[in-house]
Amino acid sequence: MSIKGRAFIAGAYEHPLRLIEIQSVAAIHAECAKGALKDAGLTLKDVDGYFCASDAPGGALSMVDYLGLNVRHIDSTETGGSSYIVHISHAAQAIAAGKCNVALITMGGRPRAEGKSGVKPKKVTPNIPEVPFEQPYAPTAVNEYAMVAKLHMHKYGTTSEQLAWVKVAASYHAQYNPNARLKDVVTVGDVLTSPMISDPLHLLDCCVVSDGGGAIVVVNPEIAKKLDRPLIQISGAGESPQGPMGGKMDMTYTAAVHSGKAAFKEAGLTPDDIKYASIYDSFTITVIMQLEDLGFCEKGEGGKFVAEGNLISGKGKLPVNTDGGGLSNNHPTSRGGITKLIEAVRQLRGEAHPEVQVEDCDVALVNGIGGGLGSRHCSATLIMERV
Amino acid sequence: MMATLYQERKMAIPEMHPEHQDYWDAAAEGRLLIKYCKSCEQYHYYPRNICIFCMSDETVWKEATGTGIIYTFSIMRRAKPAPYAIAYVELDEGPKMMTNIVDCDLDSLEIGQKVKLVFKQTGDADNLGPYVPCFTPV
Ligand SMILES: [Zn+2]
Repeated sequence: MSIKGRAFIAGAYEHPLRLIEIQSVAAIHAECAKGALKDAGLTLKDVDGYFCASDAPGGALSMVDYLGLNVRHIDSTETGGSSYIVHISHAAQAIAAGKCNVALITMGGRPRAEGKSGVKPKKVTPNIPEVPFEQPYAPTAVNEYAMVAKLHMHKYGTTSEQLAWVKVAASYHAQYNPNARLKDVVTVGDVLTSPMISDPLHLLDCCVVSDGGGAIVVVNPEIAKKLDRPLIQISGAGESPQGPMGGKMDMTYTAAVHSGKAAFKEAGLTPDDIKYASIYDSFTITVIMQLEDLGFCEKGEGGKFVAEGNLISGKGKLPVNTDGGGLSNNHPTSRGGITKLIEAVRQLRGEAHPEVQVEDCDVALVNGIGGGLGSRHCSATLIMERV
Repeated sequence: MMATLYQERKMAIPEMHPEHQDYWDAAAEGRLLIKYCKSCEQYHYYPRNICIFCMSDETVWKEATGTGIIYTFSIMRRAKPAPYAIAYVELDEGPKMMTNIVDCDLDSLEIGQKVKLVFKQTGDADNLGPYVPCFTPV
């Protein structure tokens, strides 16, 4: 069974704030749920499936009760920041199997208001098998991705200037997003002279820390056709976790190799068909490796591809993260999957900012890398079409 | 180029489980034990009771030679009180393991460089933890 054509995205909403001092995390989820349902032209009463990840306080049970939902299907798959991309695929599968008709996915959090950052050692919970053999060495989000960047540079000759181009493109797009956390256009030089956090990653190679959230509504084809919204069809999806594999890992590639292949096969499309891509940008290196592993350029050529300006809308071959991405716009509660989905929906509907809207944008790809690329991560790929 | 000399830092005390007691006891004596599967004849790291490659329960501890090469690394420049080098070292036996590179000028490190075992004690004077395997250039 394929999910192609079996489910549609009817509603999407991104919380406008990047610092949320008053609202609770649950209230952020509720505001986003309301926003996405309103966008779709649906109400709370229509929802019969609910999806969330570990940012949802109290998990699905607390949230279903808090939101006042009456659902017959729940899923709280957790794969880090790529969770919500996985949720879309799982929602489409559930809808195709008749388990629900209107699926609501919510996410949100407030790390800025609560004073968290990616530089501090990860919080440790008991009984995780690898932790005793890793925690003493102080792995963090940034130094794990830095090790991956270092290896990519060593093997393929990727340079800091090339990494910087990912941020340059993101900042170019963010200048048109009034809600973006960082709206200033930056140069390659600005990135290279920003403080070194964990070499080779500078401060401006890292995504922003932002409060915020978002929600998506996925519906069955009959409901989608009754709603007064553009028809955004889910055409293909793939998910693939990858870890150190007992010490046999090859950290020069991501699991997007597998999730991408599965999604393209299900959609019956190739990288050449993609008009716009939301590519997870926790760090600049993350984007370069996904572009290679999804087949948008040859392996090892990602640095060159981005340095040719290819990510910039209206100028390059593959407009990427036209909202400013996690590097400049929003990386709510260090989980960028939902904002990647939302900008892809805007592009397919023709609702992106006119300065960054891709012409005739009828096919879009979303890819997320959740968890740590330098340890355990999950790549999720989603391909959508406006039909 | 200015040197970034390694400085001792307080390492987090790992959670210890009885099934790894031999590992921690050996570490206190300056030896690294890694798991070897008698069924598929492969080493793995971190240690499991049941082999990650073939699901056999015939896994045994073997002492690693203690040498290897730096697979990749990064120096955490913004760390307090001092920068430190996180790395994956590829052991001569095959598996790659997360570790820290210590007792050297961190700015001199390179991918592919030969390194050898050195053990550091976790915790601090008020609360001493077990020793953990680190590496330093040969
Ligand atoms: Zn085995």
